[in-house]
This record gives sequence, C-alpha cells and structure tokens, in this order.
Amino acid sequence: MRASDILYSSANAIGAQPMRSSLILIAMAIGVAAVIVLTTLGESTRQYITGEFAALGSNLLIVLPGRSETTGGQPPLLGETPRDLTLDDALALQRSRRIEQVAPITVGSAPVSWRGLEREVSIIGSTASLESIRHLDIAQGRFLPATAPRQAVPVCVIGQKVREQLFGTARALGQWLRIGDRRFRVIGILASRGQSIGVDFDDIAIIPVASAQALFDAPGLFRVLAEAESWDSMTAAAAEIHQIIRASHEGEDDVTVITQDSVIETFDRILLALTLAVAGIAAISLAVAGILIMNVMLVSVSQRNAEIGLLKALGAAPGQLRLLFLIEAGLLSMLGAGLGACLGLGTVWLLQRMYPGFPMVTPVWVLFAAVAVSLGTGLLFGVLPADKAAGLDPVQALSRR
Amino acid sequence: MVDEVIRLEAIQRLFQVGDQTVHALNDIDLAIEAGEYVSVMGPSGSGKSTLLNVIGLLDQPNAGRYRLNGKDVTERSDRELAKVRRDNIGFVFQFFHLIPRLSAVENVEIPLVLAGVPPAQRSPRVAAAIQAFGLGDRARHRPDQLSGGQRQRVAIARATIMQPSVLLADEPTGNLDRASGIEIIDLLEALNASGVTLMIVTHDPGLGGRAGRQLEMVDGRIIRDHHARE
Repeated sequence: MRASDILYSSANAIGAQPMRSSLILIAMAIGVAAVIVLTTLGESTRQYITGEFAALGSNLLIVLPGRSETTGGQPPLLGETPRDLTLDDALALQRSRRIEQVAPITVGSAPVSWRGLEREVSIIGSTASLESIRHLDIAQGRFLPATAPRQAVPVCVIGQKVREQLFGTARALGQWLRIGDRRFRVIGILASRGQSIGVDFDDIAIIPVASAQALFDAPGLFRVLAEAESWDSMTAAAAEIHQIIRASHEGEDDVTVITQDSVIETFDRILLALTLAVAGIAAISLAVAGILIMNVMLVSVSQRNAEIGLLKALGAAPGQLRLLFLIEAGLLSMLGAGLGACLGLGTVWLLQRMYPGFPMVTPVWVLFAAVAVSLGTGLLFGVLPADKAAGLDPVQALSRR
Repeated sequence: MVDEVIRLEAIQRLFQVGDQTVHALNDIDLAIEAGEYVSVMGPSGSGKSTLLNVIGLLDQPNAGRYRLNGKDVTERSDRELAKVRRDNIGFVFQFFHLIPRLSAVENVEIPLVLAGVPPAQRSPRVAAAIQAFGLGDRARHRPDQLSGGQRQRVAIARATIMQPSVLLADEPTGNLDRASGIEIIDLLEALNASGVTLMIVTHDPGLGGRAGRQLEMVDGRIIRDHHARE
C-alpha cells in the first residue's frame, strides 16, 4: 500500500465518525493544553522569582548578626547574640580585598511628616554604597552622599509613594521633612520599583546609617550587605568576613553569612521541582486521553468488523491492517495535540492579557514534548486495537451482517 | 490434462462446538479445472460455505493439501496468504460488504490500493470496470444510494478488478429480488464465459442447476458431483 493511500484511508475513517473523532480530539487537546498552561505557569514563576533575586544585586553576601548552627532553617532575622553587629564591623569588612563595597543597614519605622501631613514609614539607614549594591534607580536628585559613614548628615532619599502622599503635587526635592524628632532634607527620590522581595522601595525613606542609629538609638545593625569582587570569590569572601568579624569579636564567630546565590539556587530547585510536578500531573490527563483513544479505537474495530474482514478477503495483509489502524490513532492524536497546543497557547495569551505584570514564558521544549508525548500515547494505545484488527478472523467477521 | 486451478486432497476442517467436534469438511477431494462453472448446494451446516472459505484462503484446513494454480498454499503465513488471495481470488458476498462511507468507484478501487498500484494506473482500470458493469452514472454514489442489484454489481466489479483466476460467490442473489438476481447471475456467467473459474454456493436449486458442474454436500462430504452435459 502506498503511504498516501494509507493516510487517505485513515483520514477518511476518522472523518466517517465525527462524533467519535471529536471526542478523542477534545480529550487529547485538553491534556496537551493542560500540560502547556501548567508548565508555562510553573516556569514563569520560577523565572520571575529568580529574576527578583537577581535584581537584589549580583555577587551579594548578606551578613546577619547571630550564629545559626542549624542548617536548612530560616536565617535568624533578628540577632540572638549578646554582641551586636556594629558599624565598625561593617567598615572593617571593607579592608578585605575580595569585597568590593559594603552597605550597613539598619531598619526601623518612624513617623514622617511635612507641613502637618504625617505617616508612618519604614526607614532604612545605610550608606552611599546601597545604591549600587541594590541597583536602586533615582528619579530625581541624588542618592546619599559618599561622606564618612559615621557622620549623621541630615539628608534623606524617599520613595515615590512617600513623596506622593506627603507632598502631593508640591516639589519635594530640597524640602525639609521631619522623621521622628529630627529634621532631614530631601535630596533624592527613588524611581518607582514596586515590591522587591519583601521591601517596598516606594514606601520608604533612606537616611545615612549614623543618622538612623541616632534616630532609633540603637548601635546594632540589622544586617550588612557586601558585594564580592567577583562571582568566583564569593566563598573566599564569605570566609574572610567570618575571619574579620572573629578578630573584632574577641575570637567569637557570631555572624551568619548568606550568599545570594545559594538563595537563588534553592528557590530555583524548589520551583523547578514544582513545575515538573505540575507538568507530571497534567501529563496524567494525557495518559487518560490515551486510554480513551484505546477504548474508542477498540469500539471502532468492533464496529468495523465486517469492513476489516472484507479488507482481509480482498487481500489486505495483517501488517497493512495494523498500520491502517495505527496511523488512524496517530493522526487522531496529532490533530488533538495540534488543537491542544493552540488551546494551550491561547489560554496563556489570555492569562497574559489578564495579568500583564507577570511575564509568561512557554518553554519551547514543552510544546515539542507535549506533542511528542500525545503522539506517543496515541500510537502506544493504538497498538492493542490495531493488533485486534490485524488478528481478526475474516470468516467470523464476514459472517455477521 | 487441462489446467487445474484448484486441487483439494483429503481436506479436513474441524470445529469445536462445546465438547463436540464437528466435521465441517470431512476428507474432501476435489479438483476444479480452469474456466469451470461449479455450483455447491446442500442444506445449512453441510459445510458448503466452509468449503468456499477454505478455497478462498479465508479459512485454513486442519489437515490435507490445497494447491491453487499448481502451488501448495497450505501452511503459508497470513501475509503470504493475503497476497495469494489478492492476486488470484475474487469474492462476492450475499450482503455485498461494500464500505458504506466510500463511493462506488472507491469501493472498486480497494484491491488496487491494497496492492499498491499507483493512482495514475488505478483510475483508468476502475473507470473501465465501472463502465463495463453498467455503473457509469452511479460511479460517485455511496452504497446507500444504490439499489441491491447495483450494489452487487459494484461488489463484482471489485472482485474482478485484479483479474483473478477464481471467482467465489456465496449466495450472491440471496439478498436480491428475482429480477436483480437473474441480472447478477447473467453477469457472473458472462465472466465465466470469458474464462474465469466460477464457484457459486447457493440454496436455490434453480440457480445451482445452471452450473456446468454441480456439487452437493451433506455433513461435510461431497455426496454428488454431477457434470451437466450441454
């Protein structure tokens, strides 16, 4: 039999039973679409979150006060050590050759007011280095001046939301506002950035670290951000940080150093596993579709007993019949997969329209994998019905009307 | 000796029905020469259809030898049998067995398609057959748009498209009215006159009596082998 004839007669058989064929198509399409949509969501989440972490800054080391001996647990957010991480410690880190720059950070919250308008705002005390370490963008003015870190200069940089709510349409730059019981001059306004791993940079005021320490009357730092000179020297830099701290803390190693990389890697692994799990669950629907194909094909073989018997009487070899039914199953699953791919991509497009803020990426391999798997299932589950057709006894098949 | 088309030697065909063994064919010896017109008659269950199926290679004997056109066709694989069947044997059935979703032309074309004949060579042959069997204006009709007689003519066109040496007909008029039945028999006899070996299984003595050679079967045996002399 010629390939074109096989294709034609299989397609003809599919067209002859529109109800049966469309049922199979729908089952297959739903399976394929589910795999595509769910994998897209998983993969997009993974990329979104790792992207967020990467936006924190590259080659970042985070030094937390307190020593966490348990591995795998949450890093202590607040130091549980009697000894604080001080500004001196932070500045000492700068001595290491492997560390490019250091940004000490204190956090707190204080009422911020201007001409009678007042609201509670998160305050970050830091140095000029914070701008480049956290990749902050300035919309107007400039960031904290690179003066001596120990100097409590009365200047501040505010987020967009703070500017909007306190100043409205008035010019904010150069104005004096009150934070707690001190006065600060607004020298810069951050560009709108939105949420970045828990910190809303729109709703924030940044002041020099010494001013913050005075404001909150706390000498301890919340944490220190250090940028290693290169990605390769991260581990060495972490070791040096421990060394330097130990030297100034009387031999006690009471800080925890987290590399940003390890955080990204952990999230990446978790989310990849999640994506695969979700895709696996969706793939079950493909298997279900395969079984449906098998069922419907088996019914089809029974219904077409006489036809199969006739083909045998006319000289169709068992191999030819097997091929005919396999191609029929294959064609059905191909069509279903194509339909499913369109359905899946359409759904992704629709979701993207509904949530434009969340960038959706459909990995190309998923398209190929989904189509290949559905074709594979179709053929696999087509084997049994095809064998049944090939093995049919023509005398019995023809004796029935 | 004239060319022997079919030669059966000690053919046995057994069926197991419950714990009973039924001899559908019991030690059949039969030789049919090229161009013969043979009718097989007998009561239901006498084994005449089984005989036709064995000759048509749809059924395999449990014992005995079968030579078709001088070649031994017992103990061949399904694949080989399919090819032998395709090239040597045409079937005509009581219930026509046309594929309902295909047009008359496409039904006639099936054996050529199965044989892998290229489309360019198929269409003239099919068109000629359709014309020869008086179906010219019905070529694109599907079976449900054809009368019984027309359907059987499509079936005969299909059975003869590969120019087989043997034409086997199982009750070819059993599902037709009298006029169409006679028309079909005339057609089959015309084919026989042109040299095709024709074998008809029938209940109808009037029909069976027209054959040049008449076999009568009872309980799996041929009890009468009558050569009518013109």
